[in-house]
Amino acid sequence: MTLHDTAPTPLRAPVTLTMAAALNAAIQDAMRDDPTVVLFGEDVGPLGGVFRVTDGLYAEFGESRVSDSPLAESGIVGTAIGMAMYGLRPVVEMQFDAFSYPAFEQIVSHVAKMRNRTRGRVQLPLVIRIPYAGDIGGVEHHSDSSEAYWTATPGLTVVSPSNPADAYSMLREAITSDDPVIFLEPKSRYWAKAELSLPVRTAPMNTAAVLREGTDVTLIAYGPTVKTALATAELAVAEGLSIEVIDLRSLSPFDDETVGASVRKTSRAAVLHEAAQFGGYGAEVAARLTERNFFHLAAPILRITGFDIPYPSPKLEEYFLPTPDRILAALGTWEWN
Amino acid sequence: MSLNVESLVESPLAAPRPLRLIDDTGRAAPPDEAGGLTLPDPDTLRSLYRRMVVARRFDVQVTALTRQGRLATYPSALGQEACEIAAVAALGADDWLFPTYRDSIALLTRGVPPEQILASFRGDWHSGYDQNAHRIAAQATPLATQALHAVGLATASKLKRDSTVALTLLGDGATSEGDAHEAFNFAAVWQAPVVFLVQNNQFAISVPLDKQMRCRTIADKAIGYGMPGYFVDGNDVAAMYAVTSAAVENARAGLGPTLIEGLTYRMEAHTNSDDPSRYRDAGDLEIWRRRDPITRLDTYLGEIGVLSDAERADIRAEAEDLAADTRECMTRSAPVDPLELFDHVYATPRAALAEQRAFLAAELAEHAAPSDASTTAGPITAQTGGTR
Repeated sequence: MTLHDTAPTPLRAPVTLTMAAALNAAIQDAMRDDPTVVLFGEDVGPLGGVFRVTDGLYAEFGESRVSDSPLAESGIVGTAIGMAMYGLRPVVEMQFDAFSYPAFEQIVSHVAKMRNRTRGRVQLPLVIRIPYAGDIGGVEHHSDSSEAYWTATPGLTVVSPSNPADAYSMLREAITSDDPVIFLEPKSRYWAKAELSLPVRTAPMNTAAVLREGTDVTLIAYGPTVKTALATAELAVAEGLSIEVIDLRSLSPFDDETVGASVRKTSRAAVLHEAAQFGGYGAEVAARLTERNFFHLAAPILRITGFDIPYPSPKLEEYFLPTPDRILAALGTWEWN
Repeated sequence: MSLNVESLVESPLAAPRPLRLIDDTGRAAPPDEAGGLTLPDPDTLRSLYRRMVVARRFDVQVTALTRQGRLATYPSALGQEACEIAAVAALGADDWLFPTYRDSIALLTRGVPPEQILASFRGDWHSGYDQNAHRIAAQATPLATQALHAVGLATASKLKRDSTVALTLLGDGATSEGDAHEAFNFAAVWQAPVVFLVQNNQFAISVPLDKQMRCRTIADKAIGYGMPGYFVDGNDVAAMYAVTSAAVENARAGLGPTLIEGLTYRMEAHTNSDDPSRYRDAGDLEIWRRRDPITRLDTYLGEIGVLSDAERADIRAEAEDLAADTRECMTRSAPVDPLELFDHVYATPRAALAEQRAFLAAELAEHAAPSDASTTAGPITAQTGGTR
């Protein structure tokens, strides 16, 4: 069952919300609608999470549904698996991207494979929220882009919202999904604001969105780099370049239909991410778009990404992150005729 | 002042003796060894005896099938029947069992048919039984990961105010894994209705327990987590059953988790591809043969006069029937459908998987013998579907 099957809830009056507040509202509404939704992780209780995404939920729902767990990520995911086996819908938080790694085995060997290894008999409807990526001046291990680890794993659904409306809608959908969802929350966008009438509904979370139409280049972004892509498209106008911006929203599955149609229209594409380039998610995007659309392409698909280095310290991250200037320069390396 | 390292690691406590009710020779253990445990009644003991005999026959049969090359692998639990059967006997129908790859006889004892147990070892699918119907999680291969699942399920039961208890089986080597520590700690903090039954068979493949840990017993670790721990003679099914059923009922009563260590011995190799002569003393095998869990209960029940030769014969016949069934199920063809590979990956269908499924279907159709049209219609067997 997806959110689309549920009875529509009356829209509330529009309010200006940050992405963090939209995520908070999504969890709150999901917990009000479904008593099987439970929330736990590190500091998600009385503190409300280090990014305040779970603010107020402990007070409303109490210890039995919102709880601070021991500080152990494998334990958090491993116990969420058992809860999901017993009919609950756990929503758990890995406090920061790089702190999800202790849970790697539970996610890859069990969360991803449970439906398959049990021949469809045991499903794990759980959401693993991961505040991810950089551009927040974080100290080491607080800015990783870990998406390729998850997208390389069959059985996981991996999504990342780039704005408050999607944050609300996609998290509601993730919580009702019968598939386990890795929900990547771009930290640098937590404070982005939008006016929303909750419960806002955007497109299904497994689809990409064309955020800005263009004719010359398809710029493919997701999560934290969507803002960069939109800024680049705006700058490009002055250069006479029409950029179409796609927000993937879902990394796995990949929306071949929407992205392919755009690439066939523009005949040029670049994929943007903060993560390192080698073996990164952009490699898959470039390869599959090339395989399926080669004869529509006028130029090789570019990857404009972080360098192949560990994420840098705060004073150096501006040199690491793809900027509009760097993106425009990269597009300028193509032969244009 | 110099730090005396030795004084820190030497335990001031004497090496403990495992709790037991029936000793190696089949006699009732003295009260100081029983630690206040009550001997199960004769009917319970006879039932445990029957289940151990049947389980061992199955285990021996499956090991034989593996040596014949008919199964990819089989991790035997020969010698560990007391732990395995006590664990299952202590559970109610609504409780959940979280086993490892070595615990196939626990599955058998909880009612999973041989063919479904062997499905994974002969390569049909990763797990061959209905986990929900039997309330047995898929056998875990990664060590100690299932202990966390048990804690989570038990916690969910507690949150729903159900009476369901979870029991997870672990090996001694698995207690070195971080997940074991996290499971013990989460269970204690959350007061989850869960029982950890560690079968200390003294070897993790080839590595002895003194290379896993420095403390006296695995059960001692429970103190550090704030839960009760019991060090039990794992070859005495009476003691294992008494302790485990008490732990299950304590969990059900809201008293939280328990850690049980059953001291036992793996009489077989780790799997058929292992060679224990490279790391174990053959003399140890003889020592542990004299502590055999079935022999000692047989002696005890015979001496108290509740196990007749007729009943022994009846149990042997039941075991032989099961062995025959097990052999017979291996002769039945086990069709696997390559196209099922795509069926259980996601609840939400994916276009990319549909494409790959169509690709494989076309490949299979192309490879199917043109003269044998029937093979394209029905399920494709492992033999004809062996294209990669």
